[in-house]
Amino acid sequence: MVRVPAHGSQAGKGEHREKFYKLILLRNMATEVLTQAHHGAHDDHGHDHDHAHHESFIRKYIFSTDHKTIAKQFLLSALIFLFVGGGMALILRWQLAYPGQPLPLIGHLLSDSFVTDGVVQPGFFMQMTTMHASVMIFFVIIPLAVGFFGNLCIPLQIGTDDMAFPMVNMFSFWLVPPAAMCVMSGFFMDGGAAAAGWTHYPPLSVTSGAGHTMWTVGVFFAGFSSILGGLNYIVTVLNKRAPGMGMFDMPLTVWALFITAVLISLGTPVLASDLAVLFFDQFFHSSFFIPEGMLYADNVHTGGGQPILFQHLFWFYSHPAVYIMLLPLMGVVSDVMSTFSRRPIYGYKAMVFAMGAIGGLGFIVWGHHMFQSGMNPLLGTTFMLSTIVIAVPSAIKTFNWLGTLWRGSIRFSVPMLQALGFLTTFVVGGLSGIFMAAAPADVFIHDTYFIVAHIHYVLFGGSLFGIFAGIYYWFPKLFGRHMNEAWGQIHFFASFILFNLTFFPMHLLGIGGHMRRISDPTVYEFLAPFQDMNEFITLAAIGLGFAQLILVFNIIFSLKFGKKATRNPWRANSLEWACPSPPVGHGNFDRQIHVYRGPYEFSSPLTKKDYLPQWKKLEEKPAETPVTAQKTEAGESTKA
Amino acid sequence: MGSLSLAHEPVTGISHGKLGMWIFLATEIMFFSGFFATFIVMDAANPGLFEATATALNWKLALTNTIILICSSLTMALAILNLERKDTGKFRMFLGLTLLGACGFLIIKTIEYSGKFSHGIGPDTNVFYGIYFLMTGFHGVHVVAGMIPMIWMLGKSFSKKGYTNAGRVEVLGLYWHFVDLVWIFLFPVFYLLYNPSLVWGAAAAAGGH
Repeated sequence: MVRVPAHGSQAGKGEHREKFYKLILLRNMATEVLTQAHHGAHDDHGHDHDHAHHESFIRKYIFSTDHKTIAKQFLLSALIFLFVGGGMALILRWQLAYPGQPLPLIGHLLSDSFVTDGVVQPGFFMQMTTMHASVMIFFVIIPLAVGFFGNLCIPLQIGTDDMAFPMVNMFSFWLVPPAAMCVMSGFFMDGGAAAAGWTHYPPLSVTSGAGHTMWTVGVFFAGFSSILGGLNYIVTVLNKRAPGMGMFDMPLTVWALFITAVLISLGTPVLASDLAVLFFDQFFHSSFFIPEGMLYADNVHTGGGQPILFQHLFWFYSHPAVYIMLLPLMGVVSDVMSTFSRRPIYGYKAMVFAMGAIGGLGFIVWGHHMFQSGMNPLLGTTFMLSTIVIAVPSAIKTFNWLGTLWRGSIRFSVPMLQALGFLTTFVVGGLSGIFMAAAPADVFIHDTYFIVAHIHYVLFGGSLFGIFAGIYYWFPKLFGRHMNEAWGQIHFFASFILFNLTFFPMHLLGIGGHMRRISDPTVYEFLAPFQDMNEFITLAAIGLGFAQLILVFNIIFSLKFGKKATRNPWRANSLEWACPSPPVGHGNFDRQIHVYRGPYEFSSPLTKKDYLPQWKKLEEKPAETPVTAQKTEAGESTKA
Repeated sequence: MGSLSLAHEPVTGISHGKLGMWIFLATEIMFFSGFFATFIVMDAANPGLFEATATALNWKLALTNTIILICSSLTMALAILNLERKDTGKFRMFLGLTLLGACGFLIIKTIEYSGKFSHGIGPDTNVFYGIYFLMTGFHGVHVVAGMIPMIWMLGKSFSKKGYTNAGRVEVLGLYWHFVDLVWIFLFPVFYLLYNPSLVWGAAAAAGGH
């Protein structure tokens, strides 16, 4: 297949590169002619040329099958939803800090069904808690962690041109907008958007308005998008690795995404079936989740159902989903830390097996979300034990990251700072998680702000800092320009400080008994001493929200004016740095890729430079050794 | 192909499509497992209800449907075999028969459903009918989803170029066997399990009670 650079993306690349492409083109055409002469005319031949030469605007930018374009689409849509979800969080924070005071700026723009004289109503508050979480989980973190990094990293890091199923990949992105529309459509419906919490527990979610039904449909679509992405990643990783690349020559990002894809394939369908059952209850008025004898106005349900069953099936997916949102970033952070400490990752195989163990254990711990649900306490004890066991692989990973940093020559670039932010907040979130894993402690802190603090330390502090690290790290590869380093540092420090100021006090609120989903803390006398803290958190949260604008402006500014990126600006080893920045057209690489060693050969004694890329063949090797023998030799040495 | 092609033989030796379909079927198993879990819990939570309700289902229509689906799985396999032998005529015939089986299945299912609806029975009657309509309904959706590529392939085989991609038909065949297999679980679970007189005879059923 001839790889011709797309016209627009190559403008101003420098003349030598232009010449290089022309040479390749000539060589390829010559080969093409030779092959045709050899095999006779072939029907499908002309097809690929046309494809690369003139793709229509729609095929190239909207319904594109190129994994890089799809990655950009995921990034764009997720950044938009990040601000939608963040805005919702600020509405919540305003109400908690200043209950009864009209919302500034937008208060009088909202419909009267949501606000009275600009003051948030309790029903609207519940819609905001639900939609904030739903948007952030299903349309920000999962699309970024899985959709964006999966599409960006997998084909580039395993040295191939695209995913195994490019069309399925495109479909997986284009399921997200209709899913989001369904979830959000509740705002325009009678009864408002879903307000039963993102966990959407019945019977509340069944007996409330149509927004809940639309939420169910929307999340079903989002899950379908995940499943399609997941199976695509598994096949791509298994089948399309570059020659010479064994499973244990893959960067940890690819390993993490692979394990994540397995979790998605096994977990998400269960959520889908759970939502299908819920949809039957909501739409056809069946009674799977409606207990016997429950009375309410709207629809007649016969009863006989089990509300706890929904929770079991829901958390069977949604606990692994926590790892779906976290594992890819563990991989990203491993890559970033290794590159910027100029050291091989400490315990590569242990890292892989730890991720596998986290994924596997993730499927047998779901009950720790349900200690207070009325579930059999004996079952609770089982789930408590399995949950605490997860601390072991998590600790393996944490200590291996520390081992990677230990005596490294650390460069505090923006990706590295974000990765360190990930590490520190992940440790805090992990430690607070142990409190909740213990059933006796959980009885006290269940449904308090302690949980809110924990989930934000893991999902904002963990996942989002990891995502930022990845964005800053691969931006030069994806767009061919560097992001502004100074503004990146300001973004990091502002985010990190304000993040801790926002979410750390929530631990204290939770210990003090501040409930999780209340719209007005001032009505509870015992919460009165905490009101100043609530105001403080709100001010910090507003700052945190605005700090993210720095990221957006940095991205927009850098797309146009950023410093041009070279092929391998971070002097890293994995395969994505072997292709030009940005990668060539719809095919990525402009040279044949062969993998000779693992992805973390920093400070190797075999070379004078402090890094030894995977694709680089060492000259010292005797020429008479057969190629196949070299392959296995290189493979073995990295596995040892 | 030019020298820059990064495409190579699948590393696992299994084609992308086949591997992808196996993984997709794994996700499908998890999907139906959620339904079966719901079935088991509903049965345990409502003692006696399933036994009392299941006898009202029309097992004769369901048995016919079981035979039809098993036959369509066979014709699907024969279609793949004949396409691999490049026997287009027989490929068309067997694929057409598979499609016909799928249509027949859906028609009988519609008759069965409308029989229930005409008696005012729907998913909201009780949890047994709820799970019955849920699981057979989603199985029906899978049958329809399988028919779409069948129609496309059959249509393509009548075009000038014909249809030659045996690998793709094989992948569709995997899916079709899975749909068949799901029904093979659904049929005894709904129609036979709570209807002991059907399986063991009336005397044994009476003795059991």
